[in-house]
Amino acid sequence: MPSPSRREFLNGLLAVFGLASAGAVLYPVLSFLRPPPSGEANASSVRAATTDEIPPESGKVFRFGSKPGILVHTATGEYRAFSATCTHLDCIVQYRSDLGQIWCACHNGRYDLDGRNVAGPPPRPLEKFRVVIQGKEIIVSREEPSS
Amino acid sequence: MAGHPEGRPTPAPSRGLHGWLDARYQLEGLRGFLAEKSVPVTRHFFLYYFGGVALFLFIIQVLTGILLLLYYRAGSDASFESVRFIVSQVKFGWLVRSIHSWSANLMALSAFLHMFSVYFTRAYRPPRELSWVTGFLLLVLVMGFGFSGYLLPWNELAFFATKVGTDIVGVLPFIGHPLLVLLRGGDEVTGATLSRFFGIHVAVLPGLFTVVLALHLLMIQRQGMAEPVEWERTPGRRMPFFPHFMLRDLLLWVVVLNILAVLAVLFPWGLGQKADAFASAPAGIRPEWYFLFMFQTLKLLPARIAGIEGELLGVLGFGAAGLAWLLVPFFDRGADSGRGRSAMRLIGVAVVVYMIVFTVLGWVLA
Repeated sequence: MPSPSRREFLNGLLAVFGLASAGAVLYPVLSFLRPPPSGEANASSVRAATTDEIPPESGKVFRFGSKPGILVHTATGEYRAFSATCTHLDCIVQYRSDLGQIWCACHNGRYDLDGRNVAGPPPRPLEKFRVVIQGKEIIVSREEPSS
Repeated sequence: MAGHPEGRPTPAPSRGLHGWLDARYQLEGLRGFLAEKSVPVTRHFFLYYFGGVALFLFIIQVLTGILLLLYYRAGSDASFESVRFIVSQVKFGWLVRSIHSWSANLMALSAFLHMFSVYFTRAYRPPRELSWVTGFLLLVLVMGFGFSGYLLPWNELAFFATKVGTDIVGVLPFIGHPLLVLLRGGDEVTGATLSRFFGIHVAVLPGLFTVVLALHLLMIQRQGMAEPVEWERTPGRRMPFFPHFMLRDLLLWVVVLNILAVLAVLFPWGLGQKADAFASAPAGIRPEWYFLFMFQTLKLLPARIAGIEGELLGVLGFGAAGLAWLLVPFFDRGADSGRGRSAMRLIGVAVVVYMIVFTVLGWVLA
């Protein structure tokens, strides 16, 4: 194999230096653009409301860590809680008493009171949370993964 | 007196500022260029004005944007309050903000009209393919301006429009989530998103826009405005650009400025409710009108189409359609000779009808 000429060698060296310099600039810039992980931990259990706050056939959006959750007091007196983030395009859903369903105003997506996507564009059901009543306080927590 | 080498007398050097500049920058060449520049007079003559109108509105955007910057503060606890301060406390603040918002909308409208007029006259044909490409990029940047600017008042409409818009980016395979995090400055739309959008709106996009706009205008100056294909056989009438066309352009700019003032005064842009990251999306949520046709399409797509998520299919479809539209000059091989005119017209009409129908539907059904 013929040895590279002086010019070829210098061109190669220049290309390596060029790429290394570009990398030395781009790597810190791209790393800077990626935000550091937020300090807010994913909550596993929160006090979502008190029983006085939500009468039957109404709902309330509450803060579940850094994400919104929705608590629904059904007509039959049950409390149910889900993630309030629509599985379609990330809007925050609400309870519609006239429909008896959870509704997303952005693209008219609907979920039943088990969180199942029943109409409109949402592709997946809402994540369901566990609800425990302690006195007047309604505690919502993530459902334990079933083993 | 020294004569010209070829025997012609050397023109007497002009005096004053003009002479000073001319000696250094040879202004005569520019004057010659302007004297020779002309515009073809055709049946669709009025269509030539929309590009100029979009440019004028961009200048308005820059000026009113600079004014708004004097008081605007970016942040989830400052943006809404600072815009409210601008519109309620600062003298003529409501007017400046209203002009900025109306002008943004009229600029998008002018850019769309300009694009479709170029499309239907097939002015993108060789050698002007890159004028079309840079023009399309400018339209995309205008939409980027609209999208990023929409969030800045931090009201609930803007908040949810941004959630949806950035989530659409997130559904893309592989690059979607990193891109979403990059845009939002995290997984959620928060004050970090606002800071990024503010930077994008007032620094990144203006920088990019200025470069692409300079290229677009340079290409038009180098090549002149497109003539109809038939003119290759029988050339038609032309109008001198300076001063005839330029004065007409300026007159239209004055008319547009008046329309803008009337709209801004009679229909001042509202501020709405402050965004709350833990409140349900209100009914009637919708993005700016120039995103409505896409918004409405995504609304109507079922959750799954042939096993693929509807939203992903929609987003990929819009991406493919945008790319095809960008490459129209390279697909339309018959534009040079006038072949395939009815097919291209049919495609154009279908696109326009689709956009109008879905925009109206999005408006009415929101």
